[in-house]
Amino acid sequence: MALRGDWVYENNGGTCVAIAGSDYCVVAADTRLSVGYSIYTRDYSKICKLADKCVLASSGFQGDMKALQKNLSAKHLVSHVHLHIYQHQHNKQMSCPAMARLLSNTLYYKRFFPYYTFNILGGLDNEGKGCVYSYDAVGSYERVGYSCQGTGGALIMPVLDNQLKSPSPLLLPSRDAVTPLSESEAVDLVKDVFASATERDIYTGDKLEIIVVNATGIRQEFLDLRKD
Amino acid sequence: MEWGAVSSEEKEVSTILESGSQRTLSPYVTGTSVLGLKYKDGVIMAADMGAQKLNTRCSYGSTLRYKSVEQIKPIGKHTLLGASGEISDFQEILRYLDELIIYDHMWDDGNSLGPKEVHNYLNRVMYNRRNKFNPLWNSLVVGGVKNGQKYLGMVGMIGTHYEDNHVATGFGNHLARPIMRAEWREDLTFEEAVKILEKCLLVLLYRDRSAINKFQISKITEEGVTISEPYALKTFWGFSAFQNPTKGAEGSW
Amino acid sequence: MAKALADAPPKGGFSFDLCRRNDMLVKKGIQLPGFRKTGTTIVGLIFEDGVILGADTRATEGPIVADKNCEKIHYMAPNIYCCGAGTAADTEAVTDMVSSQLQLHRYATGRESRVITALTLLKSHLFSYQGYVSAALVLGGVDVTGPHLHTVYPHGSTDTLPFATMGSGSLAAMSVFESKYKEGLSREEGIQLVSEAICSGIFNDLGSGSNVDVCVITKGKTDYLRNHQLPNPRTYISSRGYSFAKGHTEVLSTKIIPLKAKAEVAVVDAMEE
Repeated sequence: MALRGDWVYENNGGTCVAIAGSDYCVVAADTRLSVGYSIYTRDYSKICKLADKCVLASSGFQGDMKALQKNLSAKHLVSHVHLHIYQHQHNKQMSCPAMARLLSNTLYYKRFFPYYTFNILGGLDNEGKGCVYSYDAVGSYERVGYSCQGTGGALIMPVLDNQLKSPSPLLLPSRDAVTPLSESEAVDLVKDVFASATERDIYTGDKLEIIVVNATGIRQEFLDLRKD
Repeated sequence: MEWGAVSSEEKEVSTILESGSQRTLSPYVTGTSVLGLKYKDGVIMAADMGAQKLNTRCSYGSTLRYKSVEQIKPIGKHTLLGASGEISDFQEILRYLDELIIYDHMWDDGNSLGPKEVHNYLNRVMYNRRNKFNPLWNSLVVGGVKNGQKYLGMVGMIGTHYEDNHVATGFGNHLARPIMRAEWREDLTFEEAVKILEKCLLVLLYRDRSAINKFQISKITEEGVTISEPYALKTFWGFSAFQNPTKGAEGSW
Repeated sequence: MAKALADAPPKGGFSFDLCRRNDMLVKKGIQLPGFRKTGTTIVGLIFEDGVILGADTRATEGPIVADKNCEKIHYMAPNIYCCGAGTAADTEAVTDMVSSQLQLHRYATGRESRVITALTLLKSHLFSYQGYVSAALVLGGVDVTGPHLHTVYPHGSTDTLPFATMGSGSLAAMSVFESKYKEGLSREEGIQLVSEAICSGIFNDLGSGSNVDVCVITKGKTDYLRNHQLPNPRTYISSRGYSFAKGHTEVLSTKIIPLKAKAEVAVVDAMEE
């Protein structure tokens, strides 16, 4: 879209992290919304609940983020293929792996005028195991044990690699990509990596929103981050 | 009449190859920052009444100034809308909203659109127009009260939107937000809120070259909308350092 | 004649030898490395008996914080200090150069440096480099003619002001000064206002952050209050901590070469002076 000018996009910053465990999934994002050197607001939630056991965390351009979230929420009700109400047609919530494919298709649909968003989808799969799907802006995706995206992503990734090293996806027979940590250990790690990213990434900060998905449902908690 | 002054100069346009249609690629007559702030009983908004006619033929500076531009308008019963940026696009938005409000009113079902609905509508309009590469060149502030709920939000030219307890567009985000972040409280009285806004307006007057000393403050509460008469703020230029500015630089060579 | 020119000894100043080559590389599409820009809030004000300077302590490289606690208030003379914004190397080099010239001038004259001298040296240097030395400065000091505060822009223009701000946080800081500055502030009020302006930059401008440095200059006395405020502690520290087990790096092979002396070291008498 360089032809049409770059004014159609804006980078509003922010960082997302998700970790999958054997029976839980932690999804977290900071709440700073900024552009250039200024802050729009310190309290913007980048996490969207799409289904009972499926949440989406996004960073990038806020306009596209919101459009994507609305798009997916609507398609959750109205099935993409049949234009029938998914929930009503199937009398159930969409599963996380199904939502993952839907997100990929939705992103790729706009391949030549992309949603400038960097997404992580987290939740529980059909067996109740934690799952994390990581995306690029045009829909390439992969199921992983943990992931991070956004302006602080490059700072956090090596720490997660070190702490949560999951088995290679090339191993045969394939092994689960879930991490060995307990739920509280994972939450502790998420808080720590965000506190660290906030120290060094100017677009990450203000507040951390953490969503934990497990068999009992969805839990939300907050942690203050540096505001400078 | 201010609007009659628009001359035969064309808007700066570009021809897009496939469609051959014309779109605004740079603003033409622009208004300056709009500020908004929640307080105890509702929301107040402020803006100066200046607008600049930007020179499209040469790239330097701006020429004409309009001095009675109303940048804040009531929308329906529960909402105030403030706009900075292209004035003609703002008027187009007001026409959209008029249509929306009237259509909604015709149902005669006792329901009415609140500030949240208006904000949501505007978010979609702005985002949609940027998707068509034909943006409405504005930053909008939407505030209001409905069913005891205060609401204040903002949406930019390409559809970036958010809610907060205080918002400001354009230069206001750099000069006024720091003051508002430092001084805003949940239980601000009307008088205190006006004081904060006037402080911000004065800083903008001093430091934003396109601001003028003619302001309107408007408030919206459960009772309805009040928009003040235009008024000016008292400025201070009496610092002794301003009397003889070169005093400190005497004998520099 | 041409030979004589080519053999002339270097005169000092910058070397422009590689400008043409770099220009060619840029034209061929090679990205030149960026410089460390201190997205910054720096301020200064005049109070009843002197000048107060202030700065944040964040240095950035693009979106990354390169230094969380750097010093942006530079020494010029015992009675003159200078806050720097822009390219870190330029602000440091230019203040060091002028500081050295001021020292030499003091040796020659035996008198205290004047702020106007520092200002003139700075602006003439910056002007001659047409803005390519990107230093935006707030210069403050007290000399025999009283307290002085100036701003210096990268192109060499200067201002004389009762209060001044510079850097990416200048608007946030200026909003504090414009609404609260008065003439004849006391020392405490002055320090308080400068800290507030810096904090406004720290919290509202992403290019500024971490701590508040303050420098109070009065007749015959300078107080450099390094890290006067520390408003941004880390908000969370993992309770588990991190332990790295030995052997995290896999050893692929080991080979031990025993050291043995190959030559005897002869003891020789010390050489005669």
